[in-house]
Amino acid sequence: MNSSNHPTLPLTSFWNDTGKCGVSAWVFSTDHKRIGLLYLYSVLISFLVAVLIGLLLKIELMAPGRTIMGPVTYNALFTVHGVLMIFLFIIPGFPGVFGNLVMPIQIGASDVAFPRLNLLSWWLYITGALTIVLSLFTGGGPPDTGWTFYVPFSVRTGTNVSLAVIGVFIVGFSSILTGINFVTTIHRLRADGMAWGRLPLFVWSIYATAWIQILATPVLGITLLLVVAERLLGTGLFDPSRGGDPIMFQHLFWIYSHPAVYIMILPGMGIVSEIFPVFARKPIFGYKMIAFSSLAIAGAGSLVWAHHMFTSGISDMAVLVFSFLTFVVAIPSAIKVFNWVSTLYKGSISLEAPMLFALSFIMLFSIGGLTGLVQGAAATNIHIHDTQFVVGHFHYVIFGGAGFAFFSAMHYWLPKFFGRTYSEKPAMISWGLMFAGFNLTYFPMIILGMKGMPRRYYDYLPEFAPLNLISTIGSWILAAGLAIMMINLFMGLLKGRPFGSNPWGGATLEWTTPSPPPTENFDEEPVVTHGPYDFNRAGVP
Amino acid sequence: MADIEKDSHHIIRYPKLVMVWVFLLLLTGLTVWVSRLDLGVLHVWGSLAIAVMKAFLVIAFFMHMRYEGRLLRGLLLLTLVTLAIFIGFTFFDLSYR
Amino acid sequence: MIRKMEKEYAGAKLGIWLFLFTEILLFGGLFLLYATYLSSYPREFAIAGREMHLGFGTANTILLITSSLFAAMSVTAVQQGEIRKVLNLLGATIICAMIFLVNKYFEWSSEIGHGFYPDSPRFSAGPIGEALFFSLYYLTTGLHGFHVLAGVGLLTVVALKVRRGAIHAGDYVLLENSALYWHLVDLIWIFIFPLYYLVL
Repeated sequence: MNSSNHPTLPLTSFWNDTGKCGVSAWVFSTDHKRIGLLYLYSVLISFLVAVLIGLLLKIELMAPGRTIMGPVTYNALFTVHGVLMIFLFIIPGFPGVFGNLVMPIQIGASDVAFPRLNLLSWWLYITGALTIVLSLFTGGGPPDTGWTFYVPFSVRTGTNVSLAVIGVFIVGFSSILTGINFVTTIHRLRADGMAWGRLPLFVWSIYATAWIQILATPVLGITLLLVVAERLLGTGLFDPSRGGDPIMFQHLFWIYSHPAVYIMILPGMGIVSEIFPVFARKPIFGYKMIAFSSLAIAGAGSLVWAHHMFTSGISDMAVLVFSFLTFVVAIPSAIKVFNWVSTLYKGSISLEAPMLFALSFIMLFSIGGLTGLVQGAAATNIHIHDTQFVVGHFHYVIFGGAGFAFFSAMHYWLPKFFGRTYSEKPAMISWGLMFAGFNLTYFPMIILGMKGMPRRYYDYLPEFAPLNLISTIGSWILAAGLAIMMINLFMGLLKGRPFGSNPWGGATLEWTTPSPPPTENFDEEPVVTHGPYDFNRAGVP
Repeated sequence: MADIEKDSHHIIRYPKLVMVWVFLLLLTGLTVWVSRLDLGVLHVWGSLAIAVMKAFLVIAFFMHMRYEGRLLRGLLLLTLVTLAIFIGFTFFDLSYR
Repeated sequence: MIRKMEKEYAGAKLGIWLFLFTEILLFGGLFLLYATYLSSYPREFAIAGREMHLGFGTANTILLITSSLFAAMSVTAVQQGEIRKVLNLLGATIICAMIFLVNKYFEWSSEIGHGFYPDSPRFSAGPIGEALFFSLYYLTTGLHGFHVLAGVGLLTVVALKVRRGAIHAGDYVLLENSALYWHLVDLIWIFIFPLYYLVL
């Protein structure tokens, strides 16, 4: 690749060109790049804490019976693991970090449409996160309901559900404001010549995501407020003894939380759609279909929520309709996978760290997606409902899919914003460990679930012991890979060799500005004259 | 891009706004009157239909939607359709239990 | 420069509408529950609905519609540069909103005095379903009342800015957006009124 130029760091960039570098110049900055990095640090802290909790959970499951903790602690820990991973890492992660860092530059804007609102979003995120942390140590202790807060248990448990739920509500508000900001930005601030048909696919995916944030998150907001009202005022809306219907809670909850998994995965799909053309040196195959399928996934994904409730006692008609619609979502997902594979076909592929993570995304996401169909089918769903199968499936989609895409993006884009880069070899080793460890950890769960091991129990029957042991050992390999990756990445970003403006040879706008970019992103307002994957006309054949 | 800017500074004269207000009051009177009649199921749908008419007047004139471009109208429609789906699809469950 | 202003104006307008969409879906969750529980308990809802004070409801409907008119007129006034009139109209909007809240206070007090509230002894003994109606009623009008209160605060800030000259015929997007928010509060009430006071 284009490494002939010997890159040097630009003298000024958004790190120093305003002359303001203190802590307050960061936490009160309205620069989308600084806010993006604030999000990066905050979500990574949540992620690493949740990883440690996940490792503890796996150690508990290493052998039958009590290993290191009892059932009460186990219940609290898997709840906190889920709440941190979902509400504090992966939902805010993509829009907050890469939506902020990359999207405005990719459309040729100098910032988002409402920079101060953007800062408010981060502050709300922090407020919500601290509220959640506070809920762990006050009142009745950490919530033990699982991240889904299902009634009636969440109403009756003595643990501190109310405060945790309020924390999630605040984080949800932050997510809504980010969505509003990004939709407005993409509509209003595209550079001259940046027609909709020239938007990078990552921007398309962020756009679809932002719409889910806008239209679905308020429903979660009201649902959580109702749980609080139920606990504090005794409104009885979900209490069958007073006419309420607990299944209505599940409807409301999943009306948000199913589309929310597309908040988690869509940007990941956008990221790999950026990376494949660059590392295969070929224009993306089926640009329009990939862009359209992002919107189609967001749309169809909003119509399938009740497939989480097949065994809850919903009507057979509902099972039929929602099962059918679930299969419909597979169509746009498969369109994407086929287009990515076609992009790679006969490409000149270079296997560097971002590409390795992106390639494993396809495989892990496909396993996650196909196991999803097993659950979407009404009959098989009953067999595997609430088993380890669901846990395995979910981690394949969200960790193997979204998580690996996140790591891919960290390797692909973070050097751009630090101006320095990591070493390639440790990055590849860490990828290998993570990929192997990941499959060792989660594939046994899929088998265990089919054999009937339920989820959310700290104990299990002896016949499940061998596979659980493999899974626990896998989690250590995964964690070792993760540790190497983080250390290598941040050592490199802070002290590594300088990173030129376009070492990968990308054709999108972020590669036309220096690394790191100046505060205004571009020295002069860019005019777009070619598509996002037109390498020839971008001068990087 | 241009479609949102179309006529966005349109000024609606006072008499027109007052006319809308009069219509809104008339519809309020109508809906209270209708509620006294015994219409059975039509009751709910009739009242909602009047509410929709009132909402239309508020959105079109007080909120200037009549003078906005296609973009905002389309997005409003998207939102309302989404809400209708959320409510409607829930009845796939409730109506067949 | 003019083009940039125009861009920001249109952006702010789009932004506020997106925010209003989220409000519609926030209340949408409550309307969803209303629809499902009405279909499960039509008789109980009808009995409970007869306890509502139609007088308060109608008065508040007229108040909100009128305040909405004032808010809409204030936008026309600022576009025509009639600052005195803007202030009077905003003041009238705020007064209507305050009377609405006072009404609401008396209405709630009367209902709570009659033993209609979640978890009350009256409901614990009575048939299931009626209590649901009142729980939903308090939650929906409570959330709506909170929005009215927020609207009063917002419009007050806007009025102060108009008086300071920060909002004028050349730059009034904040006033326009606040008016849009206020109309949304009215819109929600347009649906609350028939659903809780009339259909049953």
